Amino acid sequence: MAEEVKLFRTWSSPFALRIVWALKIKGVEYETIFEDLSNKSPSLLQYNPTHKKVPVLVHNGKPIAESYVILEYIDETWKETPLLPEDPYEKAMARFWAKFGDDKGCSLVFTSIFWGVFVKEGKEQEEAMVEAMENLQFLEEELRGKKFFGGERIGFVDLALGWLANLISILEDVAGLKIVGEDKFPLLSTWMKDFADSPIIKDNWPPRDKMIAKFQALRDAKLAAAASK
Amino acid sequence: MADEIILLDFWPSMFGMRVRVALAEKGLKYEYRQEDLRNKSPLLLEMNPVHKKIPVLIHNGKPICESLIIVQYIDEVWKDKSPLLPSDPYQRAQARFWADYVDKKLYELGGKIWSTKGEEQETGKKEFIECLKLLEGELGEKPYFGGEKIGFVDVALVTFSCWFYAYETFGNFSIEAECPKLIAWTKRCMEKESVSSSLEDPHKVHGFIMGMRKRFGIE
Repeated sequence: MAEEVKLFRTWSSPFALRIVWALKIKGVEYETIFEDLSNKSPSLLQYNPTHKKVPVLVHNGKPIAESYVILEYIDETWKETPLLPEDPYEKAMARFWAKFGDDKGCSLVFTSIFWGVFVKEGKEQEEAMVEAMENLQFLEEELRGKKFFGGERIGFVDLALGWLANLISILEDVAGLKIVGEDKFPLLSTWMKDFADSPIIKDNWPPRDKMIAKFQALRDAKLAAAASK
Repeated sequence: MADEIILLDFWPSMFGMRVRVALAEKGLKYEYRQEDLRNKSPLLLEMNPVHKKIPVLIHNGKPICESLIIVQYIDEVWKDKSPLLPSDPYQRAQARFWADYVDKKLYELGGKIWSTKGEEQETGKKEFIECLKLLEGELGEKPYFGGEKIGFVDVALVTFSCWFYAYETFGNFSIEAECPKLIAWTKRCMEKESVSSSLEDPHKVHGFIMGMRKRFGIE
């Protein structure tokens, strides 16, 4: 029976790209359905009634939601080019670093950079920057002696943190400041370039001009809302 | 070589309890070390420098942090006894999804119930019950979320049950009235030694939260 794989996502989310990269790295054929989150399709609501969010993977009619759950499912279902290490301890470490760099509310890296540095100004931004630097330093140290977080080749943590390689420079352009400087974060800076230019990864970034416009609008809206309080 | 297992924990933590349940399910001997979260030990700070939180499992000197990551690690290392995750990838994905759901929702909403008042507390209660009802629906007619035996989602959720009495008292509502099947499930889980020996006495938890409310000036 032929496999039927569908991926529901938005054009702009660099987090949903984790799934695109994983499927392509494993050579899995799939169909993309782009969602407009202000007007969610009945299919999306049917496949993810709990959170009503993207990304959602539908494999032979069965839905899986939450990007890390989807990534592990992909890794366990299509076993070629494994993303997670075999050793249970190394696997636990990979899951830990992926969670640390996630886009969810509890994640320190994203929260401090996006909700702290990006959408704030002045003193609040300065304080958030200190926290963001501390969090990025942990990632810098994790790269010591390695080309990718996964070692010699791209793995689970690289895909999980891959959003940094695209979104950071967009946030830096829009906010007009440097977040990941080459002098402070030489390993992370090199990783961001190596990852962004890797085969498969480099073909799937969203259009930069559209991203700049989107995040400019987001920042303006957040700053305006804060100023009017 | 015998395994050396140390658990850094704080007694009321429903996250630490998850690890206790998993270790008990696998029949593992370990050293339990209580942390004073207002005076964290050098070992905790060394073993979890990123978050400085409990629980931390230290297995033969190597630390693992984050309760659900620890539970999966335990399940994978000691895989021959009482498997917590199913073997089918789709069922594993469903188990991970629901455990993640518990993580995303219950702690924060429960926190609103004991630490806020008025409208914020009412909203917290309402959403908390909605989450439990959704989980109840997911349980369905099965004895456990894991099917015939306790599994990953059971371990992730059951540890919250010893906080229910505190939530009910401070929130002035009855969880059993709203979610009888879920309460029946918690009682079924408590019949297991691995669960009953790992969860704390709900009255003790209530006393702990009362102390917290005094400290934070919540009437």
